[in-house]
Amino acid sequence: MSIGSNTTVAAAARTARTRSGEGLWRKAKRQKTLLLLLLPGVLYFLIFSYLPMYGILVAFKDFHLQAGQNFLTSILTAPWAGRLGLDHFADFVNGPYFLQLLRNTFLLGLYSIVFGFPAPILFALLLNELRNRHYKSFVQTVSYLPYFLSVVAIVGIMKLMLAPDTGAVNLLLTKLGLEQIYFFGLPQWFRTLFVGSGIWKDLGMGAVIYLAALSKVDAEQYESAVLDGASRLRQIWHITLPAIKPVIVITLILSLSGVLHVGAEKVLLMYSPLTYDTADVFSTYVYRQGLVNMDFSFGAAVDLFNSVINVIFLVASNRLARKLSGESLW
Amino acid sequence: MVKDTTFGSRALDTVVHVVMVLVIIVTLFPVLHIVAVSFSDPQSIAEGKASLLPSGFNLSAYRTILFEDVHIPRSFLNSICITAAGTVLNVIITTLVAYALSKKDLLFRGFFMTYIVIPMFFGGGMIPLFLVVKSLGMINSYASLIVPYLISPWWLIIMISFFRTFPQELEEAAKCDGCNDFGTLIRVVLPLSMASVATIGLFYAVSYWNAFFPALMYLNDFSKYPLQLILRDIVLQNSLADQLASQGNAELARDLQSSITPQSVQYATLVISIVPMVVVYPFIQKYFVKGIMIGSLKG
Repeated sequence: MSIGSNTTVAAAARTARTRSGEGLWRKAKRQKTLLLLLLPGVLYFLIFSYLPMYGILVAFKDFHLQAGQNFLTSILTAPWAGRLGLDHFADFVNGPYFLQLLRNTFLLGLYSIVFGFPAPILFALLLNELRNRHYKSFVQTVSYLPYFLSVVAIVGIMKLMLAPDTGAVNLLLTKLGLEQIYFFGLPQWFRTLFVGSGIWKDLGMGAVIYLAALSKVDAEQYESAVLDGASRLRQIWHITLPAIKPVIVITLILSLSGVLHVGAEKVLLMYSPLTYDTADVFSTYVYRQGLVNMDFSFGAAVDLFNSVINVIFLVASNRLARKLSGESLW
Repeated sequence: MVKDTTFGSRALDTVVHVVMVLVIIVTLFPVLHIVAVSFSDPQSIAEGKASLLPSGFNLSAYRTILFEDVHIPRSFLNSICITAAGTVLNVIITTLVAYALSKKDLLFRGFFMTYIVIPMFFGGGMIPLFLVVKSLGMINSYASLIVPYLISPWWLIIMISFFRTFPQELEEAAKCDGCNDFGTLIRVVLPLSMASVATIGLFYAVSYWNAFFPALMYLNDFSKYPLQLILRDIVLQNSLADQLASQGNAELARDLQSSITPQSVQYATLVISIVPMVVVYPFIQKYFVKGIMIGSLKG
């Protein structure tokens, strides 16, 4: 890391000197106000992004928090975990939960993409067919509402509406003469609830980027298509969809790379030991082992394992996208 | 344009309208339902009579929340303070840093850009961040909810690209009038950038208001809890009741639910937490839409 950034610095310095013909020191002096404005940003990322990256070292150590000890040095002085420092990773991969966590994380991520990815695209395409502008903007504004609600509120709404005996859904089931369903106590319902509420939250805001791309389509294209006798479905297929294809590809790459990146927050609110079978994911396991049970080294190892997979997925899906369509993130 | 009145076209219109009505219902029903139930009297909630309209108008749940229970008003106040302080700090710092990075001839600019982009793709994770916050002595302080989240790299980059489109001539003119970089930013650039500053401010404000995870990780003291964490406790009680119910202890579950927090109070707490957003969002949504569009173009 430090070698890499030093070369960058040196390269940047060289170009700076040759371009402006003034020395580094004089330039720094001239830009001292700008550099001062930059300082909080440099410190912020140093402390809250790069220092935690250094802190990943705990994953390879047997680290225990001791009162009054400095974080920077106590990580260094802590003993390595096993001879290669990889004991926590080995414990995790060989442990009883590994396959379950991998399966749960993968399936939650996969179902979120399979069902959550096309939904805003369809919504945007249909919105685009609305001719009444006021109606269109009304539907859009309504659809943004869930985006502004907190994840706690969304899970809260679900729990109250799906509660046994008093929730609206179970009351309806009873009225129809059906059995009550204990939605939040049954593992087989977890994925449906998780993915469904995700779609509910993101449908409106998710459609925005596609609508932005659609607004740039030249109206003349549609007019000449009409003159050629193309039906509206054909216009959608041959004009509208190709127009948003680049955005679709980029968004798909981003979501594919996150297939094993299922955040802890929502799952923590929704799951319970009853539903761990389908609900427990890497991040919630990190939370329980690392922060609740204070096994920092093991938790950090699980987290690092997950992050490394995520980076690999990002690079791989980017490469795939470039090969298939010429679109890519970098 | 030629009006298309073929069968296919009309069928498409029908599908579109049906879907739109469905979207409106599915989006609004849960929220309206929760509001309606919170105003119903507890007896009819237990009997399941309230749906879209309250059954038997009753404010007792709100009276309990606002006057009898100390936690909810206090946590509401906590949330307001955290959101206000956090948003102001985030906006100031993001703006200053973005302005500096928007200058093409900034010393080591390439290095600094890489420096802020890397954290977008890779981070230390939950545990190392917790250890850093802990060793800074910020556990159980309001600072722990704000300082580790001062800059979002995403909004920083959007702000940089915004400043880059700022007309150079105006800045040059200010410089000639004797302003330094800071003076130019404060007197010339900022007054003309208020729309963008407001956009990132709103984003930060909404994410502070809705956050619960930092408070869950860093706070121990109940009296410091923000509203979302109080709401979470109530939500979790519910899952305990669910657990009992699904294990066949329906009686016990009902006892638990009524003994801890009455249903009507749960509904009312939920309403109180979402009302600020429901009231404000129609006015601020256009900034969010704009922000996401800028972001998607850059991304």
